Amino acid sequence: MRGRPLLVTNYADDQAMLKSTTQTVMAGLFLLFLVCIPLFAPGAIGGGESRIPGPTFLAGADWLKLLSELGIFAMAALGLNILSGLAGQVSLGHAFFMGLGAYTAAVLGSGPGALWGVGLPIWVWLPMAGLIPAAVGIVISPTAVRVRGLYLAIVTLGLVFIGEYVWRNLDFITGGSQSGRNFPALQVRLWREEEALLDLEASGTWLGFLNLSGEGKFYLFILALTVLFVIVAKNIQRSRVGRAFQAIRDRDVAAEIMGVDEFRYKTLAFAISSFYAGVAGALLAVEVGRTIPEQWDLLLSVEIIAIVLIGGAGSISGVLMGSAFVVLLPRLVQDFGNLLQQSAASGGVLATIFDPILSTGPGDFGVVNLSPGVAPGLGILQLNTLIYGLLIIAFLIFEPLGLYGVWVRIRNYWKGWPFTY
Amino acid sequence: MSRLLTRSTENRRAERDYENLLVVDDVRLAFGGVTAIDGVSFHVDDGELYAIIGPNGAGKTSIFNCLNQVYHPDEGDIRWKGKTVLGLKPNQTAELGMARTFQNIALFPHMNVVENILTGRHIRMDQTWWQGALWLGKGRRDEFENREVVEDIIDFLEIERWRKQPVGMLPYGIQKRVELGRALAMDPDLLLLDEPVAGMNLEETEDMARFILDIRDELGIAIILVEHDMGLVMDIADRVMVVDFGRKISEGVPEVVQNDPEVIKAYLGET
Ligand SMILES: Nc1ncnc2c1ncn2[C@@H]1O[C@H](COP(=O)(O)OP(=O)(O)O)[C@@H](O)[C@H]1O
Ligand SMILES: [Mg+2]
Repeated sequence: MRGRPLLVTNYADDQAMLKSTTQTVMAGLFLLFLVCIPLFAPGAIGGGESRIPGPTFLAGADWLKLLSELGIFAMAALGLNILSGLAGQVSLGHAFFMGLGAYTAAVLGSGPGALWGVGLPIWVWLPMAGLIPAAVGIVISPTAVRVRGLYLAIVTLGLVFIGEYVWRNLDFITGGSQSGRNFPALQVRLWREEEALLDLEASGTWLGFLNLSGEGKFYLFILALTVLFVIVAKNIQRSRVGRAFQAIRDRDVAAEIMGVDEFRYKTLAFAISSFYAGVAGALLAVEVGRTIPEQWDLLLSVEIIAIVLIGGAGSISGVLMGSAFVVLLPRLVQDFGNLLQQSAASGGVLATIFDPILSTGPGDFGVVNLSPGVAPGLGILQLNTLIYGLLIIAFLIFEPLGLYGVWVRIRNYWKGWPFTY
Repeated sequence: MSRLLTRSTENRRAERDYENLLVVDDVRLAFGGVTAIDGVSFHVDDGELYAIIGPNGAGKTSIFNCLNQVYHPDEGDIRWKGKTVLGLKPNQTAELGMARTFQNIALFPHMNVVENILTGRHIRMDQTWWQGALWLGKGRRDEFENREVVEDIIDFLEIERWRKQPVGMLPYGIQKRVELGRALAMDPDLLLLDEPVAGMNLEETEDMARFILDIRDELGIAIILVEHDMGLVMDIADRVMVVDFGRKISEGVPEVVQNDPEVIKAYLGET
C-alpha cells in the first residue's frame, strides 16, 4: 500500500474487481498457490523426485478430490447467491436443477449402453448441463415469480420432491434407486473418436515435464472453471443486471418505477442460477462417479443454502469462504476425531483432557462416540450435522454478514494496526 | 450537467406532436369503502412546475401511484403525450419518461450513492445482461459512460463527499438529494416529487428549492411537486392544484389559489 492507496484517477480503476495493488498481488499469489497444489507431490516435476515445495498432503488424491468438490460446491453456491443473495428470491430448489444438469450430462455425454446415452463430447454436454436447467428454470419461473418469500420457498421445495420422484421413475436415464448410473468421464474429444485429446481423469504428463495424477488434472480443470464462474458472477454483480437484481431485492416497487421489469429480471435470475446449478451438478456427478436419484434431495439444497448463509448472503468472497467451510468441515471433524482417538489411545496429558468428551465403549459416557452402536454419544457424522446446524444459527443471530462479515472486521482491525481506533 | 442534456429543452419542443405532456381526466380510485381520488382532472405541460398540495390523506400520493400505474384508476383516463397509460406496467411508465421520488425515502439501502444513481440509469443504459456479465467491450464502455453521467449529477447535487457511502448511513436531507439524483438519472420528461422537503430544516429546504428550479430551468424537465404545506410551493410553482378528500378544490397560479376561500377554509379547518 504505497502512495495514496485509495486514489483512483479513472472509472475503470474505480469499478475494478480488485481495488488496490495489494489486493491484486494477494489474489494473484493465492491463485498461483492454488494452481501449484498438484505440483506439491514428490516427483511432480521432471523425471526425478523434484517438486514445488509446499504442503505435500494437499497434493494427495483425497485432498485433491476434496478441493475439487469445494470448487464444485462453490459454483453451485455462486448460482444460488445470484438468485437469493442478489435478487432476494429464496429457493430450496437448487438440488433439483443440479440433478437436472447431472442427468443432462449423463444422457448427452455417456456412450450408449444399458441406460440412455448419446455419447457427445464434453464441449456439448457440459454447456448443455447448464443450458437445459436454465431453460427449465425459465419455463417454471412464471409460477415461481408470482409468489414471494416463504411461498416461493415452498414452491421451490415442491420442485425438489417432484424432481426426486421423476428421477426415481425415469430409470432408463437415472438407473433408479437401486443401482444409479455412471457419468461421463472428464475427457476432451473433438467428436466421438476413440482416443481422447485430453484425459482429465487419468494420470499423465503435461508440457513434457509436469507429472500429474488424474485427481490433479481434474482439480485444475475445476479450478479454472471456478475462477471463470467467479469472474462472471462478480461482473453480473457490478453491472446493470446485478443492480437491477439488487433493486428488486431491496425495494421492488421503487425498482419498477426506475424501469426495472420485475418479471423479466426475476426470470433471468432464475435462469442464471439454474445454469450455475446445472453445471455444478454435472461436475459433482462426474466427480462422485456414480449417483442415485436420492442424491439430489433437500439436504443438498440445504447444504448450498448453508454455504450462502454462512458465507454471508450477497458477497462472492463470502460464498467462497462458505464453500471452504462447508466442504472442508466434515474432513476436519473427521481428522479431529482421529486425533482424539490416537491421543486417547497413546495416553499422556492429552488423553486425560480428551477422555471425558470421548466415549469409546459401553459404560463410558462422552459427547463424541468413536465406536458407534456400542457406546452412547454422537457419531462423527452426527457431530458434523450438529456443528453445521449450530453454526448456521449462530451466524444468523450474531453475524448476518456471515464469514464475510467476520473477515471484514479482521481486515479492518489489521488495517488500523497498531492503532485500535 | 451538460452531458445529462441528451435531450435539451429545444429538442423536447421539436419532438413535440401532442397538446399536453400529461392529461389526467376525471380519475377516480377507491380502496374498498375509502375514496382516495374522487374525480380529479388536470394537465401538465412541458417544462412546467406544477404543484399539488393538500392535507395528509388528501390523495396526492395516490395520484402519483396512478400515473406510475402502481394503482389502477377505477374510472377516468391518464394520457401521456396524447396516449393512454392505462394498462401499462410501472416499468413501462418509466420508459415513457416519468421519474419519481418517494414520500418515504425508497433508496436501495445496500447500495452506495453511485450505485443508487447508476440504477436510475437503468433504462438509459445500452447493454444486455450478458455484455455486463462479460465486462468486455460494449458492457464495460456502457458502464463507464453512464458513470460519467452519474458523476455529473453528483456534482450538480453537491454530494461528492458521500459518493461511496452506503445510503442507509447518510443524513436524511442527503438521502432525499440522492433520491432526486436517482430520478434525474433517468433523464425524464416529467419528474414526480413526493414531498421532497418534508422533515427538512430551512437551509436544506432552500437547497432543495434551488435544485428543483435548476432542473426546470436548465434541463427543461417538467415537474409535479407534491407538498402538504403551502410555503415552498407558493414561491416556486407555476401553477398549483389544491386537493382535499380526493377532490380538486382549487387550481391556478399561486396568487389566485392562495386567496381562494375554499383553500383557506380547507387549511384553516385542518389546523
Ligand atoms: N394501498 C392503499 N390501501 C388502502 N388505502 C390506501 C392505500 N393508499 C392510499 N390509501 C388511502 O387513500 C387516501 C389517500 O392517501 P394518500 O394518497 O397517501 O394521501 P396523501 O399522499 O395526500 O397524504 C388515504 O385515506 C389512504 O388511507
Ligand atoms: Mg402522501
